[in-house]
Amino acid sequence: MKRIFVDEERCLGCRSCEIACAIKHSHSNKLEKAIREQPLPISRIRVRKDENNAIPLQCRHCPEPSCVYACIAGGIRKDEKTGLVVFEEKKCVRCYSCVMVCPFAVIKLGKEEQPAVKCDLCQEEEIPPCVRACPTGALFFGEAEEFQELMEKRRKRGEKDALLNTG
Amino acid sequence: MEWSRDGSAKKLLQEIREEDFQLSWDRLQEQLPQCGFGILGICCRNCSMGPCRIDPFGENAQVGVCGADADTITARNFLRMVAAGVSAHSDHGRAVAETLIKVARGEAPGYEIKDEYKLLKLALEFGLEVEGKKIEDIALQVGINALHEFGNQEGEITLVKRAPLKRQNIWRKLGVVPRGVDREVVEALHRTHMGTDQNYLHIMRQATRCALSDGWAGSMLATELQDILFGTPTPIVGKVNLGVLKEDQVNIIVHGHEPLLSEMIVMAARDPEMLKMAKEKGARGINIAGICCTANEVLMRHGIPLAGNFLNQELAITTGAVEVMVVDVQCVMQSLPTIASCFHTRIITTSEKAKISGATHMEFSEENALKKAKEIIKMAIERFPLRKKSQVRIPAGEVDLVAGFTHETITYMLGGMFRASYKPLNDNIIGGRIRGVAGVVGCNNPKVTHDESHLIMVKELLKQDVLVLQTGCAAIACAKEGLLDPVKGLEYCGDGLREVCEAVGIPPVLHLGACVDNSRILVAATAMVKEGGLGDDISELPAAGAAPEWMSEKAISIGQYFVASGVFTVFGVTWPTLGSKNLSRYLFEEIEEEMGGKWAFEPDPLKAAHLMIEHINKKRKALGIDKARERVLFDMEMRRGLE
Repeated sequence: MKRIFVDEERCLGCRSCEIACAIKHSHSNKLEKAIREQPLPISRIRVRKDENNAIPLQCRHCPEPSCVYACIAGGIRKDEKTGLVVFEEKKCVRCYSCVMVCPFAVIKLGKEEQPAVKCDLCQEEEIPPCVRACPTGALFFGEAEEFQELMEKRRKRGEKDALLNTG
Repeated sequence: MEWSRDGSAKKLLQEIREEDFQLSWDRLQEQLPQCGFGILGICCRNCSMGPCRIDPFGENAQVGVCGADADTITARNFLRMVAAGVSAHSDHGRAVAETLIKVARGEAPGYEIKDEYKLLKLALEFGLEVEGKKIEDIALQVGINALHEFGNQEGEITLVKRAPLKRQNIWRKLGVVPRGVDREVVEALHRTHMGTDQNYLHIMRQATRCALSDGWAGSMLATELQDILFGTPTPIVGKVNLGVLKEDQVNIIVHGHEPLLSEMIVMAARDPEMLKMAKEKGARGINIAGICCTANEVLMRHGIPLAGNFLNQELAITTGAVEVMVVDVQCVMQSLPTIASCFHTRIITTSEKAKISGATHMEFSEENALKKAKEIIKMAIERFPLRKKSQVRIPAGEVDLVAGFTHETITYMLGGMFRASYKPLNDNIIGGRIRGVAGVVGCNNPKVTHDESHLIMVKELLKQDVLVLQTGCAAIACAKEGLLDPVKGLEYCGDGLREVCEAVGIPPVLHLGACVDNSRILVAATAMVKEGGLGDDISELPAAGAAPEWMSEKAISIGQYFVASGVFTVFGVTWPTLGSKNLSRYLFEEIEEEMGGKWAFEPDPLKAAHLMIEHINKKRKALGIDKARERVLFDMEMRRGLE
């Protein structure tokens, strides 16, 4: 299944992905208008920071998702065909158990007691807006093998660049 | 989105599609999507505790490390934009003042004082004694006084006295009369330093004061002194489009903003010796064409053709027919030498303030200007035989235009030599043939279709009988469409405007010059107020301003001094304070109570035109001229009845 992957070394923490995600999940789909909507749209991706790197994180669509087991309303399910962890807003009873159990803390409280929100991989988009918004290519959308290949390529190029710089 | 609305640019873009030139439009694509924090103005990198960003969706940080909130951050960024814009215009003005001093001292061969009348007028405004004095001595003193306007520390800049009295008092009451240009810019940078001015309204006060030092000093002096040195423009016929480049001639493009060197290039290109050299190399002549505001300067005074505006600069080189492009300061893209390297074209930087990697630097000063101009022309002639015929693709077609309108020529055209005045204009506004006046100015921006917003806006204004004043790249955009042609331009006018333009013999769109010449609009607006019948202040005029394709910091400075002078001003593309609700509300609404003018942001040019028309209608209503009144002849009885 296609997923969003992160090249941690490339993330500069500009949070363009957050803005792109919030715009995508707004009513107007326009930055200038989205920031004036009520309630304000919520970004499903969040740039977090460990000791050295910034890392954009969103729903990992886990093979064994704790949120699915935790949901008391049966509103979250693992789609066997696509591998997606699907969240059905309509079924959400706002208990936010999913928010508590998510090991990556990527499910967010809805504003003003709205249903919880999480990354849906923007099914209708060819490439999710967060990935498109990344100015450094830290985010990648595709199959795991494709990402591996890309990383391999980047590693090799990196080694070459390092040689150039020291040589 | 279409890249350009300009016919010759479109043709050329089509032809070079297969080639690997990287143009501003391509580079924009590579930048997309651009950082939303930057777009909204809520990124602060004024200190190394940052960079800090405010989350516009309210979830994360709402203040920076120092505690600055979105209001402070956007206001500081806005003020810095104003300060940079003021600096650009004013440094231009300073350079002209320095030239005037050198001319007065006889240290600038080739230059002369062309408009003595204007020199005397300015001398009197500076309070100088002129009686029995030599013109050189007066020029020297005017030059020195002009420089003082930049370095002055206390009191007020001199030319604020030109504004309507009511306006001056508004400024004095708010404490925003500039002391000196340099002082206001320095204070702007001081106030925006970490931990200084942290109240957005207070920061905006300085933005106003700083911007006013551009409009009523830096830019205004640039215009005045250039008129003194190079002559006040009078209506002149010109041509526009990339088609003004000549296949059989040596083509030299002057691009940038200051006319100091380009005036000399124009002069030197007429030198018979130069023409002889060109003929020896197989060229039929030397053709000078302009881009951006340098183009406007030499068009206004010499009828030099316009090759195009801001987004035409790279395309001009891809015609393959340009021997050299001479640039000075502002709005010159760093990409030019890269594109020029595919051709025989040389980019020549000439200002001590601006070098570009990959360009040839031939620094000019007033002392050697004519000599340098000749060197540059010789270099162009030398390069003519290197031009590759196969690479030449000049898109055919030139468009006629009339430019060269100034405050002085407008009064002359309306009233003649002895009764020069704005009365006919005011009367026609009061009578309703002309609904109002709009200044449509500003840049190009690859984020919107090149020239299109200007055209949509101006055509709508003309249709609604609004007389349009233009400068800069906006004027060039409309020139390409034929709106500056007194015959063709009339096709777009409402009946009332058309009638007036036909009677006076002017196009409905008046080209007032370069972007420093926006000061001419302030002078014209003031003259309309002083003429009478349209209120006591610029803010009472049925007038509006706009920059629908703006991109530069200069545009923000111009807009702010227009708003602070009482003009409703609409900008398109994007707006740099949207990240702060409070600051945006102040600029779009509350500032009107203080200044009489306000900002608006509307990316749709047609809607923006309607905002301007609505505003003009509102002002007409306030003046009581919104409805046609019957003329009544008062008899004695009725007169006695008057209170």
